[in-house]
Amino acid sequence: MLTQAIFGYLSFVIVVTSILVVTRKNAVHSVLWMLILFIHIAALFLFLNAEFLAAIQIIIYAGAMLVLYLFVVMLLNLKQEERIPRFTSLWPLGLLTATGLLLVLGLTAKTIIKGPPYIYTVDFVNEIGHLSLVGQVLYTEYLFPFEVLSVVLLVAIVGAIVLAKKKLRS
Amino acid sequence: MVSLNSYIVLSMIVFTIGVFGFLTRRNIIIMFISVELMLNAVNISLVAFSFYLQDLRGHILVFFIISVAAAEAAIGLAILIAFFRNKPTVNIDEINIMKW
Repeated sequence: MLTQAIFGYLSFVIVVTSILVVTRKNAVHSVLWMLILFIHIAALFLFLNAEFLAAIQIIIYAGAMLVLYLFVVMLLNLKQEERIPRFTSLWPLGLLTATGLLLVLGLTAKTIIKGPPYIYTVDFVNEIGHLSLVGQVLYTEYLFPFEVLSVVLLVAIVGAIVLAKKKLRS
Repeated sequence: MVSLNSYIVLSMIVFTIGVFGFLTRRNIIIMFISVELMLNAVNISLVAFSFYLQDLRGHILVFFIISVAAAEAAIGLAILIAFFRNKPTVNIDEINIMKW
């Protein structure tokens, strides 16, 4: 009963704030609603026994990325943008597409067949600890994707500087 | 006990809201934010699946998605700033320089 109440609260807030995120006119308001959304998604991750993911959701999304978005909104002067209508003229078509997508996804959700459970039961994860188990899987089974990911982040660092720099000296 | 389908439906709704925002907003920053919303919806469903299938590999995938989303946001916003220097607008209706 309590778990259902908590899940109901979290899902209600997640849906409402995500609607607010895509409909606010001011981009700063959108980003701030996004902060509340991310905190509730992190709480949902805690609810699903994923402490490490809840922590990086808060640190990376809420801490780093939203600050990046806020900085960009602050750097660009968007005063005149608030006077134009917020949706494109063809917004009913977009709403129709989104509703159709929801319908199709909803129909497929009924046919989900769960596979056989794997070894990481809740008790096993709680005994060893979520972070150390994630670390074990990440550094053994997924070592190569992890290394590729470091290159992706390096490209992001260098690329962001190269793109946003005023002029490259030749 | 909350069933797996509730999480899937929640993830579905958030994903659809993200699709709607991406298709209909004029402000390119909010379009970026909608993409983040869609990625978060996928993260919710991955974590729910890995909880109900008792498998940690979904968590690894979420970790990768969060990292790639951070890289994507950095590059996308850098492109946006570089573009804004040439044409001071974030309205996508006015970004039509490559339109045939």
